[in-house]
Amino acid sequence: MTSENRQAFRDGIRDGIPIALGYFVVSFTLGIVARYVGLTPFQGFLASFLNNASAGEYVGFALMALHAPYFEIAAMVFIANARYILMSAVMSQKFSPDTPFYHRIFVGFDVTDEIFGITIARQGWLNPFYNYGAMLVALPGWSVGTALGIIAGNILPTAAVSALSVALYGMFIAIIIPPARKDKIVGAAVVISFALSFLAGEFFSEISAGTRTIFLTVVIAGAAAVFFPIANK
Amino acid sequence: MSNELYTYIAIMSAVTLAVKILPLVLIRTEIKNVALRSFLYYVPYVTLAVMTFPAIVYATQSKISGALALAVGIAAAWFGASLFRVAVICCVAVFLSELILI
Repeated sequence: MTSENRQAFRDGIRDGIPIALGYFVVSFTLGIVARYVGLTPFQGFLASFLNNASAGEYVGFALMALHAPYFEIAAMVFIANARYILMSAVMSQKFSPDTPFYHRIFVGFDVTDEIFGITIARQGWLNPFYNYGAMLVALPGWSVGTALGIIAGNILPTAAVSALSVALYGMFIAIIIPPARKDKIVGAAVVISFALSFLAGEFFSEISAGTRTIFLTVVIAGAAAVFFPIANK
Repeated sequence: MSNELYTYIAIMSAVTLAVKILPLVLIRTEIKNVALRSFLYYVPYVTLAVMTFPAIVYATQSKISGALALAVGIAAAWFGASLFRVAVICCVAVFLSELILI
């Protein structure tokens, strides 16, 4: 590993630690759901290691409990996770032409809301070793958390769960606010996103959060692109 | 039952991984189209903002503590606090305020 890659790897671990902590709490709760469905700790670990997606896994586990047809679970997991198509497309543009192809597969393996967030927050080309560092801590946080949730059930103190449940949102805030401060268009887009997301939650609560996210992202980012196209940099 | 669960896990994992990996693998050249480039430029900020609010307010035991975490987090990030620090500040805001609120 070159020293540059080693540094990126270390940065990834550093930024992955708060992700891992946040993941642990969420996935522990997910494990409690998986326990009711009848998954063994290993099955929970496996599902979480391969999916690393909260809404997608909730949907999947809920449908397992109902013994849903296979195509139905495939369709619902696709809808719950469809926003990753956009994130993966954004990340595809951060890859340097010089980065070997196979890195795209391994980086793609763990595209999550949070890892996407820290990846785009970094300047310049994407260094896959940064993602590997983050994955090294975030993936076990998520998958081991799920397995422990299945083993232990409901034992975490409520106050701690409540406090830690905002950790991941705190990270999102840390990612979007500095560019929003620097670029007025991004700032306006963030404020409009907050407002429309709130209204969508109030008036279209029967539509799942994942679907609302995709719809609002396409509409708001689309409008911003039409009215304020970025100059080629 | 156990085999059925493994089949379910295999199906959901295949779908998830395809969704995550295929765009990265298939879009290998730089997108030149300005509208599309602009769209992808704005996507991260919009999508993370949409996911943060109002969800953060409903994540906690009390809506007030969630709202407080949002306000404190925005202030900290505005003045340049690191990713880790903002996350911790939000958690502490919730924990301390809920000592009084709950």
